[in-house]
Amino acid sequence: MHSDELAARVRDFLAAHDPAHDPASVRDFLRARFDAGLAWISFPVGLGGLGLPRSMQPEVDAAFAAAGAPDNNPLRIGIGLGMAAPTILAHGNDEQRRRWLRPLWTGEEVWCQLFSEPGAGSDLAALGTRAVPETGPDGRPGWRVNGQKVWTSLAHEAQWAILVTRTDPDVPKHRGMTYFACDMTAPGVEVRPLRQITGEAEFNEVFLTDVWIPDEHRLGEVGDGWRVAQTTLMNERVAIGGGALPREGSVIWIPDEHRLGEVGDGWRVAQTTLMNERVAIGGGALPREGSVIGVVARAWRERPELREPGLHDQLMRLWVAAEAGRIAANRIREQLAAGQPGAEGSAVKYAYARLNQEVSGFELELLGADGLRYDDWTMRRPPIVDFQRRTPGYRYLRAKGNSIEGGTSEILRNIIAERVLGLPAEPRTDKDVAWKDLPR
Amino acid sequence: MEGSAPVTTLLYSEVEEDLRAAVRQAVTRAADPSSSSDLWRTLSVEIGCAGLAVPEDRGGAGASWREVAVVAEELGRGVAALAPAGSSSSSTASSSTAPVPFLGTTLATAALLAIEPTDVLAKVASGGLVAVLAVPLATPPGAPVPGSVARDGERLTGRVSGVADAGAADVLLLPTSDGLYAVEAAHAELLPVTALDQTRPLFDIVLDGSPATPLAAADTVAVAWRAALTAGAVILASEQLGVATWCLESTVDYVKHRYQFARPVGSFQAVKHRLAELWVEVTQARAVARYAAGCLADADPGNELAAGHELAVAASLAQAHCGPVAVRAAEEAVQLHGGIGFTWEHPTHWYLKRAKSSSIALGTTTQHRAALAVLVDLPPA
Repeated sequence: MHSDELAARVRDFLAAHDPAHDPASVRDFLRARFDAGLAWISFPVGLGGLGLPRSMQPEVDAAFAAAGAPDNNPLRIGIGLGMAAPTILAHGNDEQRRRWLRPLWTGEEVWCQLFSEPGAGSDLAALGTRAVPETGPDGRPGWRVNGQKVWTSLAHEAQWAILVTRTDPDVPKHRGMTYFACDMTAPGVEVRPLRQITGEAEFNEVFLTDVWIPDEHRLGEVGDGWRVAQTTLMNERVAIGGGALPREGSVIWIPDEHRLGEVGDGWRVAQTTLMNERVAIGGGALPREGSVIGVVARAWRERPELREPGLHDQLMRLWVAAEAGRIAANRIREQLAAGQPGAEGSAVKYAYARLNQEVSGFELELLGADGLRYDDWTMRRPPIVDFQRRTPGYRYLRAKGNSIEGGTSEILRNIIAERVLGLPAEPRTDKDVAWKDLPR
Repeated sequence: MEGSAPVTTLLYSEVEEDLRAAVRQAVTRAADPSSSSDLWRTLSVEIGCAGLAVPEDRGGAGASWREVAVVAEELGRGVAALAPAGSSSSSTASSSTAPVPFLGTTLATAALLAIEPTDVLAKVASGGLVAVLAVPLATPPGAPVPGSVARDGERLTGRVSGVADAGAADVLLLPTSDGLYAVEAAHAELLPVTALDQTRPLFDIVLDGSPATPLAAADTVAVAWRAALTAGAVILASEQLGVATWCLESTVDYVKHRYQFARPVGSFQAVKHRLAELWVEVTQARAVARYAAGCLADADPGNELAAGHELAVAASLAQAHCGPVAVRAAEEAVQLHGGIGFTWEHPTHWYLKRAKSSSIALGTTTQHRAALAVLVDLPPA
């Protein structure tokens, strides 16, 4: 299908459907858009798409936005769009795809991700949430699940979760996992806000106590959970670039085939990066001083009384680092546009984390007495991390997470060293040991 | 503030990659101790590197500063090939290989492009004549035209210290407060300096009533001077990128093959993480160096205003970033090579010396940060 044909289809749809904004109309409008195949056009016909190249998605989203049509609030359903949907499409059966994809896309059902555990962070494959076969009260085959998950964005709003469990502890860790969709309203699912060093609670802990999951909610084969989880994690980047965030363009720091370590929270880091720093690849370029360095530079210009001789060269060092990072991101965008995927993207996230931490630390010192004050956001649940519109103290504290979330800076450096530079891996002691015998 | 960035690509074109391959081949051949090739002759005359930035109607190849920057990268990568002859073993540097006056030529070309046309430029562009601008290598950005040479009629007297590549010059270009002058090298006394970086020979130039030909009047000399310093800073950044690239690549290769504790040392995280970090910095250096080269290529050489603010920002940014990255890369290369990296016989020391000297050349890192501060309105305390 050509662009003009697609444009005509969008025009016809908009002519036939009223893009009103009251909740009921929005729901009906989005359902109709899905049914017309104009949701995610790269998905198959009948599942919200037209089987078209992903590269045509931006034109569709732009046409809907230009018509003032309501969107599906992609930031709220990002995990569903970016991670659950591609996994359901790749590993789900027809019934599962029909059941889950439409309300996922329209935003009627929010999804979250139950991957990380207190004992399985960078080493996700060590996870220990157990699923044991158990027939349900109505005689259906199913699983009884016990365990604890952590760093779960949106769990308090989610109807569904993608969940990886341990089903066979007697084989090495990468085997013996099974992947499910978990009903977050099921008995035994308890969501508790997780308070972080900023005082607020972006994330949750999720406790699973004798949660029964019907076998028909299993995605992929028993014991094949790691492979299914790879789909989820690999698709973070594709989805992020695939028009899930039509207004802001897209961000990818993983243009190679490698995800950022064994942590499944890259999506929200992408959002954070995107919304606050717009280290955008495929989207609009970040303007000079468009990141947190701009906030600091403004303070320096507007408040001469803060200037100290010893701080000036430090400020300029950070300014140079920010500008070098910005131009490097521009170059990556050019490489991607020219069809030269490189691994440089993984450098962006690493450099971003370090810079954000250095700049936010510098800002507090520059502000002196004002740097002692903080805005109390005790237990608030921010829908999105916003660096620029919060106080310097918040920036300083929140930036500490940048080198941990979405692949720690240590894991990132391993990935760069091993997959980009080709350095030999550390000797592994856990490959051929049954999960239950691993030291922990 | 918004950067008024020119529309410029940060990638390499196919033509540039071909040029890179040709230069790399020439450098590799020159590095072979059994060869007697004159690298600068190959580069300037056969490959045409000396005329890349010069328009065809002024006798050049009509390419751009982007291509010159690619040549600079490769020469930075191949610094060991520029080491004094006989120094690859334990001997001290005494005899020299044929010099490669790339930086001196770059500065001279930029200055000549900024003044009224002269036939000196065409000769330089063809590789038939080596002209070197008499600028102390450590001159910071924004420095005024030096007043150390005085004119008496059409004769010059004075001294310019620490000039790169002057020993290879046929003609010296002397900026004075009265204008820009050409002095035949034979009419100047050139005192070789024992340089920290022996791959880029330095000379003190002494003039004692030396006959001089005026090339530009007093009102244009400052423009030519600034154009040369800016172009030099930009091209030097690409050279620093080349130095850093060699250091990273050779170190990565070394730690893959060096075994200790029955493992390649490159399998230890303590080593890996340092190299990963260096790779990130080199990646940024490439983007920044390409951006500066693009700004320089897109600037109008005769029109300082058009060349403008963004070029000045890009040049100082490139120096402030690429200078330290090259130094760090070379220092990491020495450390991660272990004992062999501390020997004279291993080539890494040439890169360390080049990197450290280059980070001072045409302005130290701190001086460029200070220059940037003025340019982007972040005044000192």
